[in-house]
Order: sequence, then structure tokens, then C-alpha cells
Amino acid sequence: MWNYEKRLQFPVKITQPNAKLAQVIISQFGGPDGELAASMRYLSQRYSMPYNEVAGLLTDIGTEELAHMEMISAIVYQLTKDLSMDEIVASGFDKYYVDHTLALWPQSAGGVPFNACVFQSKGDAITDLTEDMAADGATS
Amino acid sequence: MSHKMNTEQETLLHNIGIVDFVTVEMTEYLDTHPFDREAMEYFNHYMRMKNQMMRDYAVKYGPLSLSVADTCSKEWKWALQPMPWEGGC
Repeated sequence: MWNYEKRLQFPVKITQPNAKLAQVIISQFGGPDGELAASMRYLSQRYSMPYNEVAGLLTDIGTEELAHMEMISAIVYQLTKDLSMDEIVASGFDKYYVDHTLALWPQSAGGVPFNACVFQSKGDAITDLTEDMAADGATS
Repeated sequence: MSHKMNTEQETLLHNIGIVDFVTVEMTEYLDTHPFDREAMEYFNHYMRMKNQMMRDYAVKYGPLSLSVADTCSKEWKWALQPMPWEGGC
């Protein structure tokens, strides 16, 4: 189970909205190598990990990724807060806005919805750890 | 819903963030090095520090975690905490 702490792992205080930037950063939320994929990847792979130390590590990393997801979501949320209709259209954010308004929805920068196909969970320790390195080591 | 925090509250929160980061990273190290006694002492030190800071914060501003909620309170202060993504914390 999990416990929630009502604070961000690192504070996010954005004063200047920027919808163009938000459309890129959203990939770190719901894109193929984003934080949602990272947490689901680790938390799915841990059950079949044959070593307790590693299964425990996958649990703790998967948990920390959830905290990262919360920070990224806060960044996207604050970057798009109180936007005017003109700003939404001018920044190209209208294509997202038409379906989700200013709500948070996990997708990549290219608009591809979050999908479990962006990660693997194969039950082989070396295979899964190699996949973790490809996803988490290459981009963050 | 924007809550303005005073400087002391912000400083406390900032310090909790620092100490917590140490405990998170130490946890992940210790998961694969459970018999490293030096690391264990390091973890114990910062975890004790974090627990105390979380209790101190809860007394002044309400709980950041239900594990440090005042169990004699008649008011649900948990719900009154600012939402972390609103930029207050």
C-alpha cells in the first residue's frame, strides 16, 4: 500500500504561464519515457523479480517516480493556468484544450495517449533491468 | 485556492524536502546494500531528523502526512492543507 505526503518532492512555483513549453514538458508526464511509464514499469516488474533486494528497490524507485510524476504534473498545470483563449490558440494548445480543457491528461508531446505498450514487463531479471536502463537511463 | 505561506512555514517545508531527499536516496542505496553499517547510521540520523521535522511542522501548520496527524484533534486539518501543485509548497 502507499502513504501520501501532501507536499512536492521539490517545490514548483511558476509565475509565467507558457502553453508552448507545457506541450513539450507533458511528454515527461505521459510520454513513452515519462514518469507515469517509469512508475508503472517498475511497479509491474517487481513481482517477478527473483531477488528480494532488487524487488524492494523496484518498489522504492517506482514510488519515487510517482513523486516525480506529481512534480511534472504540477509544472504542466502551472504553465497552463489561467490561459486566455487567445493564448491557447496562439500557442497551439487549442488541439489539447478541445478535448481536455486545462485538465491534466497523460499524453506525449506528439499527442499520443499514454499506453502500457511504452514499457515491458517480461519476468526475466536481465531483460527487465535492461529495459529500465533504456527507458530511464537514456533520458533522465 | 492559493494559500499564502509565511517565511517560517516555507523554510520548514524546504528543510523537510532536503532531509527527505537524503532518506529517499539512502533507502534506494540500502535496498541493495543492506549490511552497510555506515550507510545505515547515515539513514537513521536523517530519518530521525525528518520524523522530528514532520512532527514539528504538523503542530504548527497541520499534518503533511496522516502518520503525524494530531489524534486528539476535533478538526480535520488534513483537508485544510494547501494542494502541493498550487505552488504554495
